[in-house]
Amino acid sequence: MSGVLDGGALEQLVFDREIVVCCGPGGVGKTTVAASLALECARRGRRACVVTIDPARRLANALGLSEVGNAPSRIDGDWPGELWALMLDTKSTFDALVTRHAASPEQADAILQNRLYRNISGVLSGTHEYMAMEKLYELHEQGRLPGSSDHEAPRFDLVVVDTPPSRNALDFVDAPRRLTRLLDNRVFRLLMVPTRAYLRAVSVATQAFLRTISKVVGAEVVTDVVAFFQAFEGMEEGFRQRAQEVHDLITSDATAFVLVASPARDAVREAAYFADKLAEAGIPTSALVVNRVHPRFVEGGSEPGGGSEGGSAGGLEGGTVATALAPFYANLAEFVDIAGREESHFATLGARVAPAPVARVPFLPADVHDLEGLAAVADELFPPPASQRA
Amino acid sequence: MDPVGFCTQTRLLIVAGKGGVGKTTVSAAVARMAADAGLSTLLVDVEGKGGLPAVFGYDELLGYEETVMAPQRPGAGEIRARTLTPDDALLEYLEEHGMRRISRKLLSSGAIDVVATAVPGIKDILVLGKVKQLEQGSAIDLIVVDAPAAGHAVTFLTSASGLLDSVRVGPIRAQAQDVVDLLSNPARCQVLLVTLPEETPVNEVVETAYKLEDRVGVSLAAVVVNGLYPPRPGLDADPAEVAERQGLRLPATELEQLRAAARFRLGRAALQAEQVTRLARSLPLPQLPLPYLFTTEVGWPEVGILARALAAGVRALPIERAASSSGTVDASTVSPRP
Repeated sequence: MSGVLDGGALEQLVFDREIVVCCGPGGVGKTTVAASLALECARRGRRACVVTIDPARRLANALGLSEVGNAPSRIDGDWPGELWALMLDTKSTFDALVTRHAASPEQADAILQNRLYRNISGVLSGTHEYMAMEKLYELHEQGRLPGSSDHEAPRFDLVVVDTPPSRNALDFVDAPRRLTRLLDNRVFRLLMVPTRAYLRAVSVATQAFLRTISKVVGAEVVTDVVAFFQAFEGMEEGFRQRAQEVHDLITSDATAFVLVASPARDAVREAAYFADKLAEAGIPTSALVVNRVHPRFVEGGSEPGGGSEGGSAGGLEGGTVATALAPFYANLAEFVDIAGREESHFATLGARVAPAPVARVPFLPADVHDLEGLAAVADELFPPPASQRA
Repeated sequence: MDPVGFCTQTRLLIVAGKGGVGKTTVSAAVARMAADAGLSTLLVDVEGKGGLPAVFGYDELLGYEETVMAPQRPGAGEIRARTLTPDDALLEYLEEHGMRRISRKLLSSGAIDVVATAVPGIKDILVLGKVKQLEQGSAIDLIVVDAPAAGHAVTFLTSASGLLDSVRVGPIRAQAQDVVDLLSNPARCQVLLVTLPEETPVNEVVETAYKLEDRVGVSLAAVVVNGLYPPRPGLDADPAEVAERQGLRLPATELEQLRAAARFRLGRAALQAEQVTRLARSLPLPQLPLPYLFTTEVGWPEVGILARALAAGVRALPIERAASSSGTVDASTVSPRP
C-alpha cells in the first residue's frame, strides 16, 4: 500500500496547521505544490496565502502575478475562501526590518547605505530564506495580535511557503539566526569598541585576520565591515529576539514541513537527506508529496497481457498481428516498467518519513502553469471523494 | 560538426540549467561523448552532491582529489571527476597566499563568513579562479563543470563581473578579472544550457541565456533538450480497431490499458513538441535533443546512450560554428520573446 494517498491525513495540513513549509530538492515542483495547497485551503472556505521566494518566479507563472512585492495580492477565483499570493521582494523586506528595529532614522540610513548591508540584503542567498521566514512570521501574526496596528490586514488561516533550492532544509529553519550569529562574531564585536584600550586587547589572531582581509580584498572592505557593525550597535537585541520568535513559531506544532520530491534516484537521495536533517533537528516531516509520477496503466504492477518489451503482441499468434499491435504493447511495457521503478523509489522514501502520509501527483495531461493546472494538482492531492466537493 | 570539434572548441565547458532538468546527467554524457571520441575529460562538481559519482556507479562522494570515473579504453579517453566546493577553494586560496597557519582558524571562528558576506560572490570567484587554474595548467582535453542549479548559475557566473564594480584593489580583484577574462572569451569557455521540453523550464532557460549573455558575455554553445519521448510510430490508431482488423479479440481491460498508455505518450509528446518549437522561437541557439530513457536512475550504459544521442545532435550542427563565437546570442539583434 505504499504510495497510496491518505487524503484524510493530508487534509490536516490545510485545516489544523497555520504554516506549511514546502521543502525538497530543486526542480521537483515545490512551488506548484505550495500553491495547490493554498488553493485547496481557499476551496475549503478558508483564507490562505502562498509565499514564494524563488528568484525564478515560478509562482508568477502559475498564478499570473507580475510583480514582486511586500504585500500579498488577492487572486480572484471561483472558491468560497480567499487565495492570496506574494512573491517576496527580499531587499525591501530587509529594509523594512532594519527601519523597524533602528533607534532613529539616522541609524536606519547609515545601515541602508552601507555596502556590506547592501550586499547582504540583495545578493546573499541565505538572505532569501531569512526574509522569507520574516515575512512568514509577519503574515502569520498579522490580524492575530489584539490591538495590532495591522488590523486592516487580513488574518490568514494558512500561510504556505516554498523554500528556495538549497543544500539543506535546515538552511531555511536556521536562516534568521544566521544574521544574529554574524552580529555576534567576537572578532567584529571587538572592532566596534572604539577606544585604544580595547584595541590593545584585540588578540594576535584578530590582528592577523584583519591584515589578511586587507591584503586580500583591500582595506576598504574592512572599513565597510567595521562601519556596518558600528551602525548595528544596539539593534542586535531586537534582531535576536525576533529571530528567536520566528524560530519558535517555525518549530512549533502550528508549522508543518512538507517534503516534495520526484521519483528519480537523485531527487530521492536529496529528499532523504532533507528528511534526515529535519529529523536530526527534531522536526518531523508532516507529509511527503511525490510529484510528476508516471501514471500506472496496469494496476498491481502485473505485466500487461503477457506483453513484454519488443515485437511480441502479448503472446498472441500471427506475425502480421504482432507487427500491427506491437507498438502498443511495447509502449505499455515501457510505462509499466517506469511506474514500477518509480514505485520502489517512493516506497523507500515513504518508509524514511513514516508515519507521514505519502501523496502522489501524476504527470498531468498538460504542464502546470495556471490556476486550472493548480486545481488539477489539488484534486490529486485531495481526491474529490474525501473532500466532499461537488 | 564532429564531436571532437565540438569538445575542443574550448577547453572549458560549463553545464547550466535549473534543478531537476538533468544537468548532472548531461555533464556526464558530455564527458562520455568526449571520452568516446578519444579525449581525456575532467568533470568538476561544485556542490559536493552525490549525483555525479552515482552516474558512474560510485557510491561514495567525490573528493577534492581527482578520481578516475571511467578508465581509458581502446580508442577512448579517461574520465576523471573531482569536487571543487567554495570551502575547498577558499582554503586553498588562503594557503596559496601564505595564510596556511591561520586559514583553519579563520574558518572555524566564523570570521571568514563575515568577510565572505562583505564581498559577495567571493566564493564563486574562488571556485572559478581554481577552474581557471585547471584550464590553464592541466593536460586534460576537456573540463566539464556541473554548475549550480538555476538562478544560482547566473549568480555563479556573474559574481566576478559584479565584484569588479565593488572591490577596487587587491588580489581578489585580480582573480575576478581573470575569471571575467576566462568566461567572456569564446575561445576558452562555453556554456551548455540544459532544459526540459516543458513550459517553466523553457521560460527559465531563455531567461538564463539572456542574462548570461548580457551580464557575462559568455558564449553559449547550445541548449540540450532533455527527456524527449522517443518517437514510436503506429500509436495513433485505436488499438481496438487494429485488433479487429486482424480478427483478434482482446480483453476490454487490456485494450483500455493499451489505449490509455498510447494516448498518454502521444499527449506528452505533443506538449513536448510545442515547447521545443517555442524554445526555438525564443532562443536562437542550436538544440541538442536527448531521449527520455524510461528509467529512474542513469548509470554507465544509459550515459552511453545519451552520449551517442548527443554526438548525433552535434553532428547535425552546422560546421562553421566551430570557427567563431557565433554560438553567442546577439542581444542587439535578437530580443527575447518569452
